[in-house]
Formats: sequence, C-alpha cells, structure tokens
Amino acid sequence: MRIFRELPRWREERKGQVRDLKLSIYTLSRSPLSVIGFFLVLFFFLIALIGPWIITYPQDITGAVHMDQRLRSPSLAHPFGTDEVGRDIYSRVVIGTRLSLQIGLIIIFVAMGIGVPLGILAGYMGGWVNNLVMRITDIFLSVPGLLLALAIVGALGPGIKNAMIALSIVWWPGYVRLVQGKTLSLREEPFVEAARSIGASRFRIIFKHILPNCTSPIIVKASMDMGMAILFAANLGFIGVGAQPPEPEWGAMISVGRNYLPDRWWMATFPGLAILVTVLGFNLLGDGLRDVLDPQSRGQIR
Amino acid sequence: MKPILEIKDLQIEFDTFEGISHVLDGIHLSLEKGDTLGLVGETGCGKSITAKAILRLLLTPPAHIVSGEILFQGENLLNKSEEEMKEIRGRQIAMVFQDPMTFLNPVFTIEEQLVDVILAQGRKNGSGNREKRLDRNQALHIAIELLREVKIPEPEFRIKSYPHEFSGGMRQRVLIAMALSRSPQILIADEPTTALDVTIQAQILRLMDELVQKHGHSVLLISHDLGVVARVCKRIAVMYAGNIVENCSTVQLFKRPLHPYTQGLLNSILTFSKREETAQGIKGMIPDLIQPPSGCRFHPRCLSMMDICQKEKPPMIEFEAGHWVSCHLFKK
Amino acid sequence: MEKILLEVKNLKKYFPLKKGFFQGDKGNVRAVDGVSFLAREGDSFGLVGESGSGKTTVARVVLRLIEPTEGEVLLDHKDICRCTESEMKELRKNMQMIFQDPHSYLNPRKTVFNSVAEPLVIHEKMKGRKLREKVETLLEIVGLKREHMFRYPHELSGGQKQRVGIARALSLQPKLLILDEPTSALDVSVQAQMLNFLESLQKRMNLTYLFISHNLAVIRYTCNVVAVMYLGKIVEMGQTENIFSSPRHPYTRALVSAVPLPQAEQPEKTILLEGDIPSATRIPPGCRFHTRCPEKIGAVCKEVEPSTRFFSDGSQVDCHLYPVSASTD
Repeated sequence: MRIFRELPRWREERKGQVRDLKLSIYTLSRSPLSVIGFFLVLFFFLIALIGPWIITYPQDITGAVHMDQRLRSPSLAHPFGTDEVGRDIYSRVVIGTRLSLQIGLIIIFVAMGIGVPLGILAGYMGGWVNNLVMRITDIFLSVPGLLLALAIVGALGPGIKNAMIALSIVWWPGYVRLVQGKTLSLREEPFVEAARSIGASRFRIIFKHILPNCTSPIIVKASMDMGMAILFAANLGFIGVGAQPPEPEWGAMISVGRNYLPDRWWMATFPGLAILVTVLGFNLLGDGLRDVLDPQSRGQIR
Repeated sequence: MKPILEIKDLQIEFDTFEGISHVLDGIHLSLEKGDTLGLVGETGCGKSITAKAILRLLLTPPAHIVSGEILFQGENLLNKSEEEMKEIRGRQIAMVFQDPMTFLNPVFTIEEQLVDVILAQGRKNGSGNREKRLDRNQALHIAIELLREVKIPEPEFRIKSYPHEFSGGMRQRVLIAMALSRSPQILIADEPTTALDVTIQAQILRLMDELVQKHGHSVLLISHDLGVVARVCKRIAVMYAGNIVENCSTVQLFKRPLHPYTQGLLNSILTFSKREETAQGIKGMIPDLIQPPSGCRFHPRCLSMMDICQKEKPPMIEFEAGHWVSCHLFKK
Repeated sequence: MEKILLEVKNLKKYFPLKKGFFQGDKGNVRAVDGVSFLAREGDSFGLVGESGSGKTTVARVVLRLIEPTEGEVLLDHKDICRCTESEMKELRKNMQMIFQDPHSYLNPRKTVFNSVAEPLVIHEKMKGRKLREKVETLLEIVGLKREHMFRYPHELSGGQKQRVGIARALSLQPKLLILDEPTSALDVSVQAQMLNFLESLQKRMNLTYLFISHNLAVIRYTCNVVAVMYLGKIVEMGQTENIFSSPRHPYTRALVSAVPLPQAEQPEKTILLEGDIPSATRIPPGCRFHTRCPEKIGAVCKEVEPSTRFFSDGSQVDCHLYPVSASTD
C-alpha cells in the first residue's frame, strides 16, 4: 500500500527524467537510419536469445554429419541450404548469432574493464602516470588491429577463447584514449573544482564526478565496437585461427564456403549476410546514439 | 519624415520540442535617421531575435515569421530575395555582436580580414552603379585609416596581428571598424560591451558615441544594461516577453516611467548611489512563451493588474509626445 | 570591534611561464603580487577589479584550491597554508565558496539532492532519513521546494541553480563564505532578489562574506568594506561608502566614473583610461598603473612602487599623489 502512496510523488520527482527519455527517443527517431540500426540490433539480440527454440536441426550445431544431404541448395526443409557435411546452414547461422553476441560482449567488456580505469587514471593523475599509460597505449595502437590479433593468436594457438583474448587486447587501447581525453577535459570543469572545495577526495571525484560524465562517449563507442568486434572475430575465424570447426561461427563458415563458390553460393552467402546485417545495425545505432547523447545536437531540436 | 527603419506588427514563432514558442507578439518599432535607439529587456524578451530578424539571419525553420513588415527606407525586407539581402547585410545595415572572438577568423590576420571586407565593396552599391574596383594597396590604406579611426594605436603595425593577439576591447574595435567600413546607414549592436571590462566598456561606448556623431549613422543598441543604453541612446524601447511595452526618450524613461514592468525594472537595478533603499525584484518569473499569459503578457506579475489585463492585449498608445506605452492603465 | 576572522598577509601567487622544451622558465605570471587584508566577523568584504586584477586567484588561494607562492592566510588565526591534508579537510567546513557561473558548477549528472547532500556525506557521513531531512531544510532556507530535489541542473533556471550552490555551501555551516561573482549570470530583476536574500542569509546564519565582483554597483550595494585590485595588488581599500564617494586612487576614480549610470542625466566627462590592461606577464615597473594613469606625477611613478598610505578614516591607498607620513585628509 505504501507504494501507491509513494507513486505519485515519485512520478513528480522523476518528471524531468521522463521528459529527457522522451526527448532522447524523439531525437533518435528523427534519423531513419538510426531507427533501422536500432531495429537491426534488436533483431540480432532477439535471435540470439530465442535461437535454440527456432532452429530446425539442433543436432547440426555440433558434430552431426549427414553425408547423404550434403550441398543441398536452399529449400523449404533447409531455408539456407546444407553445407559440405550435410548440416543445416539456417540452424548454424542462427546459433552463430548467439556465439557472435557472446564473443562481442566479452571482448567489449574486457576491453572496457581494462581501458576505462586506465584512461581515467592517466587523465586525472597526469604527469608521468599519464605519459607511461599513453605511450604504452600508443605502442598498441600503432600496430594494425587484425595483425596484432593474428600475432597474439599465433602465439597462443587457435581457438575461440584465444581469439577473444587477442581481440580484447587489440581493443582496450581505444578506450584508454577516449576516456583519457574526456577525463582531461572534465578535470578542468568548474563542477570538479567545486567538488574539491567541499572536500571531496580524489577517489570520490573520479568515481562520482568524472566517471558518470564519461558514460556517453563510452556507450557510443561500445555500440560501434560491438559490430567491429564481431567482424574481427569473423575475420579470425575466416583465416582459420578463430573459432574452429565444428563451431557454427560465421567467419569459419565463410572460410569453408569460399571453396564452394560460385556454384554452391549459399554456404558463404548466408553467414556473410548475417555479418553484414549485424555490423551495419551496430554502426547505424552507434551513429544515432551519438546524436542522441551529444548535448549539442539535442539542443538543436529546441 | 519617414523613419529609416520601421518594424510593423512583427510576429515570430519558434518550433521547439515542447511546442510552438511565440517569441515575438506583434511588435512595432521605428528608428529615425540619425537617431540612437536602445532596445532593453531581460533574457528571453526577444530583443536579439528582433535584431536578427531585421537582417534575416534567423533560420527558418525553426523560426517562422508569421506576419508583419520590416521596412528599410520604405522597402519591406521580408520580401527581398537572398541575393538582395546579401547586398544589404554589412553594406547598408551592419551588425556588431557580443563576443568579438567568435566573429573573427582566428587563422587570418586582421589585415586579411579587413581588406577582404573592403575589397568586396567593389560591387554594385545601393543605387545599382558599379563602384571603381580597388586594388589591394588602396584597400589596405583604407583599412589602416579605419583602425586609426577606432583608436587602435600604431595601426600600420597592429594590422598584421592575429585576432588572439588583441585584447577583448581591441577586437571589438576591429569589429566596429569592419562594420563601419562600408558606411552603413544603420548600425545594429547586440550587447557590444557585455563581455568587456568596465573601463574598456567606457572606452568603447565613448568611441561609438563619437563615431555616430561624426558620421551620422542610425544606431539600434541592444542591451540588458539600462546604464549602457542610457549613455549612448536618445530613445529607449523596453521589451518584455516578446512585446514592446514602452518606447520613449531616455529622459522620459527615467523621469516618468509609465509601464509597471519598466517601473519594476528601474526598482530592481542597482543604481550605484549611496545605499538608501533596498532594490526590489519583480515578483514572479518570465513567462513560458509556448503558453504565454492571455491578454497582457505581464499581467501575472503586475501589481496594478485589472480585469481587462487578462482578457485583452493593450494597444500601443502615445501618452505624451514621443512617449508610447502599451498598458491598460493608460488611455489616450 | 568584531574579532578578525580572515587575515591575508602579503599573499603572492605566481604562475610559471614555460617557453618550450629547451628554454625552460620564461618568467612568471604574477597573478597576485603581495596582497594583505583582513575581514572581521560579520563583514561583507568586497574585492573589486577587472580582468587580470587577481581577485579570483585570491579567492582560490584563500580556499586553498591552489597553493600560494608566498604569504599567509589565517582563518581564525590558523594559517591554512601550513595545514596538512586532513587538517585541511576539517578546515574546509569553515569556509565555502559560491561560484560564478551556476551553469557549470553543478555536476550535470547529479540531482539537486545529491549535489546538496555531498558535503554532508563526505564530512558527517550522514545518510538515510537524517540526510534527507537536512537537505530539505537547506533547500527551504534558500527558497527551493521539495519538488526540486530530484531535478537535474539542466531543468533549473540560473537563479535556481545558484540557490542550489548556496544550499550546498551552507550545509556544513561555514563561518566564511566566498562569493565569486554570484549574480553576474543572472537577470537584472533576479539579481536584486538574490542580493537581498544573501544579505538576510548573512544575518540569519552569522556569516562573513568575501565578495568578489567586477560590478561596482553590486559591491556598493552589498559590502561594507572594499578593496580595489589592479594587476595583482590592492591599490585602495577602506569603508565602501568612503572609497566610492570620494575615491583617491586614479584607478578607482576611473572605475567609478566608468560605471554606466541608469539615469537620464549622464555625466559630462567620464575619466577615460588610455589603452588596455597590461598583461600580467609584463607588469609595468614602478607603479603598475602608471601606463594608463591620467594623473601621473612624473618619473617617480615610472620607477618607484608606491607604498601604502593610511588615513584617519581607516582607508588606505597605494599612490604617489599622497604623502607618506601619517593620516591627513
């Protein structure tokens, strides 16, 4: 019963936040491409979530071999056709979504987990700490991402787990850069000075004042990065050092399917389309989010 | 004599997320040739929008000019094409803005910017005749003289500096020089000294005064500071929430302010005299222009509010010679 | 006489100028160059000056947001510049600051409640109902309502944001409140209300104000003592009424004369100063005002820095125009 009494007051207090949410949605909806991106990403997450319930041949995900049904072109029973050992490509692509999501999320979260704290530390402390962190970051950034990933996987050995480790290492410097820059500018902000004047410790300033104001660019970067991380993982899979057969990873599937082009086109095309749609969706959404979260563009709607 | 600039019943609306904001509610304003008119008001009253509207600098959308006329030398500026407006902007009507740094290109020297502006003069002037084309040297000479006129010391050397090497006061002088370089008929100054120190402000205001006396420009000075306006302008128009509530000579305004808002404003400002009485504020807040108060927009805050104030917008009447006011308290 | 709350002695703050990798130090920006004054309990002490005067830097050093190069700052007779970090945290409760631009002095991601509560959380470790009640009381004191508690800064007007800043500053019940241009960003009609409110607040909560502004009218309205600063030094100081009605220093005279008066009759002649304010990196020798002074005497102004002259009404001025030996008038 207390909830009912509290509710109207709670709504009144949060009125501003509700309005802000409405404004964000409105801003996002102004750009048709962002809306498309949003729905593509939503679709992606949905498929990853309900994957196991919508596939037609669960046993084809790992291991099963049906040599009598190999290389069938797309049909009602097999909407995306079958591959070289007779597995249903549709089921494998769908589960591949789940796999890609896992890969993407892990890479991004590990990268953020390393990059964001380092970036804030470097930006806030300045001096030699900043120099040390940034130079190390620069070294990593100077090597093209995929090459670096290849080198690391080469050292660790092939496999999805090592591919994820490698890609996390490739990705964290980007976050350091982003967060360090933002921290540097936030550090000079008047409200940080005000916080110091009331006696806030450095710790408190970093966590309560600087970090919350960094979240917008981090979110934008993360959403763009999801798509790219998934793409890179697919690249590694394609080359053969990422996911190994019989894992239903899109890149690995293309790698095999390539050999059967152009006659058995479906083997490479459908996984390829999945990658295309996913990466496109994340990129469009990331762009749209940048417009929504950037206070400057929001002002223009007024 | 016909005024050089006349605004008639100008109504402007703005599209916002929450709805349509009625920023200008049918204002009437006129500027006589050679006169100095101050447009005074607080944040959101619409004074800057009025200035931009004159030069058609408003982005439409989100702004919409719903009705009204802006007559410059008898011709309606709202009907002119963009090409025609380009001839007028800077040439016949020049504008000086508040923050000089943002209006000077930081990567070019003062010389380059001023000379460019002067060279652009070699096009058709107002009466349609082509002026003689100037070469760079002549333009440079004119530029140096202009800087000298705005009292920049050693102009032949200083002209080669970059904007960031100038102080705020000097940059504002450069902007004034640029504005006056084409001998405009009207100079619109939008908060020209707000960003400057007090002693520098005094210099700039004196400079503007002298230039205006010497060349006879007509000036529209926009400010929130009644002191600044009192120093430079002979007439003052007070704006509130998109309306002009009082329009009279400077002397009349301070000797006998009629409109309750004007009186409230005068009571609020600190007069820098011996502290005898307390300055009051005006109770209430500036209204939301998306759903402005009915009738007279000031009525919710007005101590003399009557019934009719909620229902009808008061007309602008000439209470005494040259003293116009828009308030139901006053009848002709 | 009331007892002295704040005493600043010969305060200096120099910022080093670095000129590139090889040349090392290229001299200093002498932002504050030997400033001494004192404020008694209940005073409203005004520090007035234009850009480059150093008044804002003085405020920040008094609050120890930046370290002084030289000099002492005594709060309640304790030198805060010699305090340790933990002593400083304790002392911070006694002096708070209200900043100039309310729009950027509040964390945009913190609600009003969180901003006002922060000092209480840091120092008193308050939480729960007790904290909530205290914040509500503070908001009431500054004239904000409960419904404002969970708003974010961007939903508030300038005046309201300023009040949030004041509530936050009052939460620890400081003795000294430093106000840095508290009304510059506000509309005219709101300014008066804010200043009246600040005055009643001062009486109610027994505060001492250090009021910093470039606006002479505001200072005259609010402060009983004023110090005029120019390029890092105090050039004239005394009771506000005395200083502004009969200013002695040529700079003060020019400043007073430059204030645009909102009245029909405008003064015939305003004292206009030549040129611009010199850069703080190249402070003129001798009396630092001599390059713009309309009343310079001669060589002495260019070569010798004037010492302080005292007068019987409690004022002082640093200017060669006045005799050094004790009070005349």
